[in-house]
Amino acid sequence: MTLLSTRGLSRQFAGLHAVQDVDFDLPAGQIRALIGPNGAGKTTFVSMLCGRIAPSAGEVIFDGQNVTGLPAHKRISLGMAYTFQVTSIFANLDVAENVALAARRHLRGAARVRGAVDRALEQVGLADRRDQPAGDLAYGHQRLLEIAMGLVQAPRLLILDEPTQGLSEGEIEDFVDLIKGLSGETTILLIEHNMRVVMASADHVSVLNFGEILAEGTPDEIRANPQVQAAYLGSPDA
Amino acid sequence: MTAVRKSLLLHGGLLIVLFGLQFVLPAYHHGNLARIMVLASYAIGYNVLFGYTGLLSLGHAMFFAAGMYGMGLGIRFLEMSPALALLAGLAAGLILALVVGYLALRTVGVAFMIVTLMFAQALFLTILYFGKWTRGDEGFVIQQPERVLWGIDLSDPVNRYFAALLLFAVCLLVSLWLIQRPVGRVLIAIRENQERARMLGYDIFAHKLAAVMISGGISALAGAVYGLLFGYVGATFASVQYSIFPLLWVLLGGAGTVLGPFVGTLFMFYLIDLSSALTTAHMLIAGVVLVAVTLFAQQGIVGELRRRFWRWLP
Ligand SMILES: Nc1ncnc2c1ncn2[C@@H]1O[C@H](COP(=O)(O)OP(=O)(O)O)[C@@H](O)[C@H]1O
Ligand SMILES: [Mg+2]
Repeated sequence: MTLLSTRGLSRQFAGLHAVQDVDFDLPAGQIRALIGPNGAGKTTFVSMLCGRIAPSAGEVIFDGQNVTGLPAHKRISLGMAYTFQVTSIFANLDVAENVALAARRHLRGAARVRGAVDRALEQVGLADRRDQPAGDLAYGHQRLLEIAMGLVQAPRLLILDEPTQGLSEGEIEDFVDLIKGLSGETTILLIEHNMRVVMASADHVSVLNFGEILAEGTPDEIRANPQVQAAYLGSPDA
Repeated sequence: MTAVRKSLLLHGGLLIVLFGLQFVLPAYHHGNLARIMVLASYAIGYNVLFGYTGLLSLGHAMFFAAGMYGMGLGIRFLEMSPALALLAGLAAGLILALVVGYLALRTVGVAFMIVTLMFAQALFLTILYFGKWTRGDEGFVIQQPERVLWGIDLSDPVNRYFAALLLFAVCLLVSLWLIQRPVGRVLIAIRENQERARMLGYDIFAHKLAAVMISGGISALAGAVYGLLFGYVGATFASVQYSIFPLLWVLLGGAGTVLGPFVGTLFMFYLIDLSSALTTAHMLIAGVVLVAVTLFAQQGIVGELRRRFWRWLP
């Protein structure tokens, strides 16, 4: 079953074609990596999926429903969750409250929210920091908090925009395990620069270049694709 | 002790102290405190929007005045009972808040400030324009017999203090309750990071509109009670001055704290009162103190207490 598709999705910024005519299909349960050089249009593309920015043309279909005209909050309630590339948390609020805000939209009752918050913080390894102001966390921990805020929503589609940026080696390994543990239940669209993370976690890879889909395939196919190598993989571990 | 218990103890304690004070205060301060409690209720309403939701309105006098005139005109022309008149005041404020919120929330930042200011000016001029009914600048008095609520004469200082305390207690507890509720948490989230709150799936416009209505409703109720307790309805209460006051009170006391509005109102009331006893340049003294507080206690009095000592303060 296809959970998400786009048809002819495009976005221009003052004449610049950031995303151009993208047809994209994401089957339910898959972990899909979206890769591409800086400025390829990855963030713009996923922002149009979740309604953060409006497309110039094309449509987004989520779970069989055309959601192109829906505002972001309605798409999120349909089961999308989005984590920002540039860390965006409630810096003055406690870590647990950050996650609780993400949980409360779909959970009622303080006890249930608390349970879900504790579980999500446990999953990313921030349980012992629950009562700190989120702004006091180290950068890497703020990234993990963002991931926890995504997880706690128990989304059907989790969109992660460069989640491992700023994480330590050990944290990256934990992150890969975490993502793989979610496979099957949660569909994940992962924008990722770290090729080792892509190779280790993704079922399937889409490559975006100059706003267009350049190639799609398994991680191994993508790695072997000469076009992709020319555009992007010049330095394999970039 | 949990933060919830502590905050119940603190706010309950304040209400008990205010209850007790009426038996010991000399008449002058007794009267002042009744007035302060009503104005602090107005400030609590303002704080819901400014302190908790992060929206700066420069036109809140329109809600205070809507409540006051809704109540006053109801008594004057429709011969409403005081209880019904208070409800009329509240309803007037809520309807105005719905309309103004719906329109003004299409703007943000400075534009929102200007739009709210313009709406308030429009209401002020409307009150003057319909002077035949409102008696314009001069205003009108609500006579003592019209101020008897369920057999209780609200022009009597003891009853008046009681009524003011009751209003204040309700507003304080409502605001305390609100910000512990999920919906109140979302308001705080919007203040802290609106884009994040939106991408967690919250309808920002709906929440802001709710905040304007709660804020406008509380402000209107305070305005209605003020008119009823002190027996006077006048256009001054719709002027810019009365839009600036709650902003100053809340800034002084601590924006986004439950106790801040009361502390700020009390502080400024006595600051002006005491300095005007000393000199005719009392606004100068008040101004200097205000500048000092904003320089040295940027988060207001209660805000600083929270920052330095009691992080649990709501
Ligand atoms: N809000 C914006 N206004 C103007 N240009 C933008 C905006 N957002 C992105 N762009 C441009 O669109 C292109 C794609 O950006 P982005 O989607 O962020 O790429 P990526 O996430 O792949 O690095 C870039 O050239 C970027 O400068
Ligand atoms: Mg990007």
